[in-house]
Amino acid sequence: MNKIWIITKRELRSFFDSLMAYILIVLFLGFSGFFTWLFGSDVFLVNQASLQSFFGISFWTLFFFIPAITMGLLAEERKSGTLELLVTKPVSDWQIITGKFLAAFLLICIALALTLPYYITVASIGKIDHGAVWMGYLGLLFMSAAYISIGLFASSITTNQIVAFLIALFIGIFFHLLFGLLASGSGGWFSGLFGYLSLSTHYESMARGVIDSKDVLYFLSIVFTGLICTELALSRRAN
Amino acid sequence: MEVFVEHVSKSYGFQKAVDNVSFQVNPGEIVGFLGPNGAGKTTTMKIITCFMPPQEGDVKIGGLSVLEKPEEVKKHIGYLPETNPLYKEMPVIDYLRFVARLQGVPAGRIHGRIVEMVQVCGLVAEKYKKIGELSKGYQQRVGLAQALIHDPEVLILDEPTAGLDPNQIVEIRELIRKIGREKTVILCSHILAEVEATCDRILIINKGHIVADGTAASLRKQAQNKEIVRVIIEEGNRDEIIRGLQGIETVELVDPLPDHTHAFEVQSRPGAGSRKAIFRLCVDKGWYLTEMTPVERKLEEIFRDLTVAN
Repeated sequence: MNKIWIITKRELRSFFDSLMAYILIVLFLGFSGFFTWLFGSDVFLVNQASLQSFFGISFWTLFFFIPAITMGLLAEERKSGTLELLVTKPVSDWQIITGKFLAAFLLICIALALTLPYYITVASIGKIDHGAVWMGYLGLLFMSAAYISIGLFASSITTNQIVAFLIALFIGIFFHLLFGLLASGSGGWFSGLFGYLSLSTHYESMARGVIDSKDVLYFLSIVFTGLICTELALSRRAN
Repeated sequence: MEVFVEHVSKSYGFQKAVDNVSFQVNPGEIVGFLGPNGAGKTTTMKIITCFMPPQEGDVKIGGLSVLEKPEEVKKHIGYLPETNPLYKEMPVIDYLRFVARLQGVPAGRIHGRIVEMVQVCGLVAEKYKKIGELSKGYQQRVGLAQALIHDPEVLILDEPTAGLDPNQIVEIRELIRKIGREKTVILCSHILAEVEATCDRILIINKGHIVADGTAASLRKQAQNKEIVRVIIEEGNRDEIIRGLQGIETVELVDPLPDHTHAFEVQSRPGAGSRKAIFRLCVDKGWYLTEMTPVERKLEEIFRDLTVAN
């Protein structure tokens, strides 16, 4: 556990040292703030004290930002050779993977924590469904965990960060959009299957304030599948 | 802690990088690991350091197998990889702290170890700089410092003096020799003079096989079963001298040397010596024998013989 935390801390620091973290946080707050308060179906247009528009836009911004965070996690280490250094220290591959996963997850947590003023503001101007807001945040965290794990896997199979970014988006878009479209475009058994695979179905039910163990199980299984594939890719040690 | 490499094999696809390699390194011993590029040196190092497992065979370090207890084995190894990879964006001191923590150095000792390593590796003025801003030689010192930070029992260095200036090379060699008095050190290098100056024993690997194992002196002896002497004979006719030398029963070859009109290299038949006969020849003919030195073969030649011929 201690070793995992050492790796997480280094990774988090390098996010902030390389300005990557600041840029992403500013962009994330900018985008989500703009669409929550100023443009489109924002809070004032809907005229309801709810954060539905924020959760709707975060669903998309995080989808693009997470691969940008995860792309370098393993690809860069592989390219610069520091992976050899890390792997020959007394840590297991699992500790390395978990450490890096946690670093990206904590960065998302920080970004989301910075949106709490939105919540406080909306809560002060009207009657807000507190349960729905917390569920929505929980949904975002689950979704982020799933995409981080996919992004980490993408980063483990290449030495090129851009390639890792694109692979993560490519895998992600299936869960984010395509399975949902396939579900509505087909009928019966297929529709049910794709509907279950679609991440947006599970996210939306959480963003509406409903939590179901099925949804939690869904997100956790993506996370673990992603991490196991990462471990397999890493243990091959291919350059 | 002794290192036992037992019948280790590893291939990449169809190409066998290391083929049934076995050797042993004892504490207090510095072993030089030599071989041409692509001979399997780095692969062997990667297997010993648990970067990747061997396909066949096993490596035991202090009785612990790299296959069964890699986490334990890694605690006792300090490793400087060939490419010396470093986190370029980290300051030297933060990087050393990170490595020390990963290596499990007790929290109370970390600061002391870092101070000592910064001193020993000559990084005092650079300790707050980012690693990426340092010159190659200083980066090499950082690589060495991270390998030594946890005071490892086994030290594996792949080209440790690459990029260092001559003064630093001497210092680093001195340091390696000091460490090698108590610890087990394996040093990979292309620089034969370095290996000869630093190491107690030399291993030569070629095409995945160990082709030589011994001290520099014993390798010379093994490779050189013919006596070669350099002689300078004056006061005589050059051709007559050559004919005279060739006339000696035990002499196989006489080679005039370019640096002096009367200098020759005389090679004897295997197992025979001709120095007495040469002296007698000179006495008989009334020539002055002004120089007679045995020619030692250079390590480079031995290396070439072992790695090119077969």
